[in-house]
Amino acid sequence: MRITVTVDGTKFTDEVEPRQLLVHYLRERLGKVGTVVGCDTSNCGACTVHLDGQSVKSCSVLAVQADGSEVTTIEGLARDGRLHPVQQAFHDNHALQCGFCTPGMIMQSIDLLADNPDPDEKAVREGLEGNLCRCTGYQNIVRAVRDAAGHMRGGAGPEAERVADASQPVGGGN
Amino acid sequence: MTATVEPEVGRSRRRKEDARLITGRTRWTDNLTLPGLLHMAILRSPLAHARITSIDTSAAKDMPGVLAVVTGADLADEQGSLPCAWPITADMKSPGAPSMAVDQVNFAGEAVALVVARSAYEAADALEGIDVDYDELPVVLDMAAAVADGADLVHEDLGTNSSATWIFDSGEAGTGGDVEQAISSAEVLIERTFRQQRLIPAFMEPRSVMVDPTGEQLTMWSSTQVPHILRVMLAMTLSVPEHKIRVIAPDVGGGFGGKLQVTPEEVLTFLAARRIGKPVKWTESRSESLLAGHHGRDQIQKLTLSAKRDGTVTGLKVELLADMGAYLRLVTPGVPILGAFMFNAIYKFPAYRFVCTNVFTNKVPTDAYRGAGRPEATFAIERLMDELAAELGVDPMEVREKNWIKHEEFPFTTVAGLTYDSGNYEAATDKAKELFGYDALRAEQKERREKGDPVQLGIGISTFTEMCGLAPSRVLGSLSYAAGGWEHAAIRMLPTGKVEVVTGSSPHGQGHETAWSQIVADQLGVPFEDIEVLHGDTQSSHKGMDTYGSRSLTVGAMAVVQATDKVKAKAAKIAAHMLEASEDDVEFASGSFRVKGAGTEASGAKSVSIQDVALAVFAAHDLPDGVEPNLDSEATFDPENFSFPHGTHLCATEVDTETGRVTIRSYVCVDDIGKVINPLIVEGQVHGGLAQGIAQALFEEAVHDESGTLTTGTLADYLVPSAVDLPSFVTDRTESPSTTNVLGVKGVGEAGTIASTPAVVNAVVDAVRHLGVSDVQMPCTPMRVWQAIRTGRPDAGGLGAEAGGGLGSIDSSGGAR
Repeated sequence: MRITVTVDGTKFTDEVEPRQLLVHYLRERLGKVGTVVGCDTSNCGACTVHLDGQSVKSCSVLAVQADGSEVTTIEGLARDGRLHPVQQAFHDNHALQCGFCTPGMIMQSIDLLADNPDPDEKAVREGLEGNLCRCTGYQNIVRAVRDAAGHMRGGAGPEAERVADASQPVGGGN
Repeated sequence: MTATVEPEVGRSRRRKEDARLITGRTRWTDNLTLPGLLHMAILRSPLAHARITSIDTSAAKDMPGVLAVVTGADLADEQGSLPCAWPITADMKSPGAPSMAVDQVNFAGEAVALVVARSAYEAADALEGIDVDYDELPVVLDMAAAVADGADLVHEDLGTNSSATWIFDSGEAGTGGDVEQAISSAEVLIERTFRQQRLIPAFMEPRSVMVDPTGEQLTMWSSTQVPHILRVMLAMTLSVPEHKIRVIAPDVGGGFGGKLQVTPEEVLTFLAARRIGKPVKWTESRSESLLAGHHGRDQIQKLTLSAKRDGTVTGLKVELLADMGAYLRLVTPGVPILGAFMFNAIYKFPAYRFVCTNVFTNKVPTDAYRGAGRPEATFAIERLMDELAAELGVDPMEVREKNWIKHEEFPFTTVAGLTYDSGNYEAATDKAKELFGYDALRAEQKERREKGDPVQLGIGISTFTEMCGLAPSRVLGSLSYAAGGWEHAAIRMLPTGKVEVVTGSSPHGQGHETAWSQIVADQLGVPFEDIEVLHGDTQSSHKGMDTYGSRSLTVGAMAVVQATDKVKAKAAKIAAHMLEASEDDVEFASGSFRVKGAGTEASGAKSVSIQDVALAVFAAHDLPDGVEPNLDSEATFDPENFSFPHGTHLCATEVDTETGRVTIRSYVCVDDIGKVINPLIVEGQVHGGLAQGIAQALFEEAVHDESGTLTTGTLADYLVPSAVDLPSFVTDRTESPSTTNVLGVKGVGEAGTIASTPAVVNAVVDAVRHLGVSDVQMPCTPMRVWQAIRTGRPDAGGLGAEAGGGLGSIDSSGGAR
């Protein structure tokens, strides 16, 4: 089947097998390997992208279902060489170790913040329930999302980014 | 020239690694491709124990895009036997371990055929065209039954399911007394049997291997923790000259011991690519990963602790059954033996005996999983100390304090023969109790018990230590391990003063590039940003022992430090020449050489920076006679001892006695890992370690049904906790520098996992002990806890043993609540 999809701002038209998953289309046809596959039962969320502005697990969407849609991946977030505030917050708060879950975790966090610009710890944890991380124990991810929320409030753009204080004390929760 | 003023070591540097990881510019093995790349898929046995009577591949070979279908019979002459590097006893029984089954399968998930096709989809399709006939054999699953007389056998030719029995006895070793004597004269005897359930490492990046056979060197990219070991072992297993193999571990998405392996799939991809003469890639699905990647833990622990009525411990006897699964992989037999030295933990036992019997079953092999042998030991002793306290009717902290090594007693040689170099259990405990609000929580617990609150409060303690930083080569030799425990590093000084650090450590998420840069920045006085860390490619990092056992910092970074020492020694000669001074009169500080006593640069004294020397060496116009124009240096470091991090972990759980649901209310840990290079990275390691240890206590278990089928073969069934299942942790540190390395550091990678499991289970049991519960088997699912409250039985069985039994956030139909 022929589909036309706009991915990270570029329009693509391709013949695809009807059974091809969106994540495989992104990775194998478009070379968008920033989006990864972590499981085969849509439990882990590593493949999360935005489809017309909503987060989806791209292992659970067929490429043909994305026909006519806009897809944003982790590779399309940075603008003019500047990180998205959520990307920056993940870095600042050491919210990643191996980084395999990170693309999906960041895409889901952005979706979460779009729904709730000022989530408390519980809301962040619940909003990220469908994304698994094996390295961090989630604490710094929660911290990063709330930090990003602070920076994104009131239309703050990447310029408003601060680098978190390097001497913050160890521990003490969020 | 710039010179760093503030020390880098100790700073919470944000990680260098993050830039590519947060933008999707990653090089996971499955992201890589090559011209003409083909894709491999593996057909796996659905049966746990069976003879293969026939395999018909003709339909698969006819399918579109299929280049080859290969069976075990096709590979029998070239696949060799997968290596086991740790024959723990001279008479250890070890079956041949083919990468692909030839005539018999011994676990469900074992490879029986492979397909190589143009695309991954076509390869997967073709698996359905392969027809395998099996004759079923009796399945051996239960360890105790497996070692009973007349048991069915996993490997008929071995004549037994017992692989080896390994014994340590303090009386015989001369490190302590006779435990039988201690037991026979005991005033108090605590006898318990604990179960360490089978776990799955469940790294987030599924394993992937790509092999390019088209060059002079055959190149393998693999999602591995151990590229160097893999290269040597491929050469030895397949009789390929070692110099004809190059192994690359690109970005690796977590390992936790699960990628400390020479896998069947690595060998099969190698053989398939070599056979076809084209690049081949294999990437596993998550189901394949859970089914066929090695598992961890799986022990039955029979324990006897003797004590005096005043709480002083007098002896400890440990009898283990350890499940090997169907084969001995790289370090399978040695994993429980790593625990042998840790059951006595921080306590001054005068007598100790450890006996471990390794058992074959028809399950996927076990091997290293975060902690590897030490979590099992720590769980056992920390649970026992709580049981002793309950028996004596005293606070569980009291029996610990009574028996632990006092801070002024270090260095201390234990009943297991190890010498702990430093530590301060009192300091860590005091700090933890204060952060936790120990006394207030005990008061609340008492109040809630008295009023019969349906939600009871429990407090769990784990005052753990562990041995890590694997390992002194001589010790490994004495334990019959096949290799050494050193690490290698090299420093390359580039003409412009920039630095390349080559390390044999092989990171897969830890942050070595950042930490090594901090260390080298201080050692050489160059900016953090001017340092590049090279790793994970046997061509650039030609020598190494890789990353596992919390060894990178205490062994790998020590090699880096020694290499920088050699660079400075070489540079000093040249700098002295440039300063027209004698080498003896030159000193090095903050990146520059100066004549001693000549004052500072500000006062007009001449100095030569290490970057100046690097450029002078590049030009080589004016070097002292006989001096080679080269600052590059390498070093190989072999540690003199293990490192012994310790800490006090305190967990408060709320247990709903009506539903059995356990909620962690607070978790406080104070770890002592000696000096810290980067507090932010340390905190992250502790958080993640805690998550995995808590997951063992409450959520995770690899469950097999009675036919040996893994019923937890997806992430809907094998319950890796999500963000809602874990609390926020309070982490802090005390600092007793290690005395056995110049940085004063100890390992941290496994500490959280080792410490946390018993803290949580102790808290669960503590919450309901007054209801007649003295143990709850892990994972402490709502069903198990509820049953234990109702019946007093720790094992409960029933619903709690089913796949997906552990997580409160998943309902019985497998969906999120």
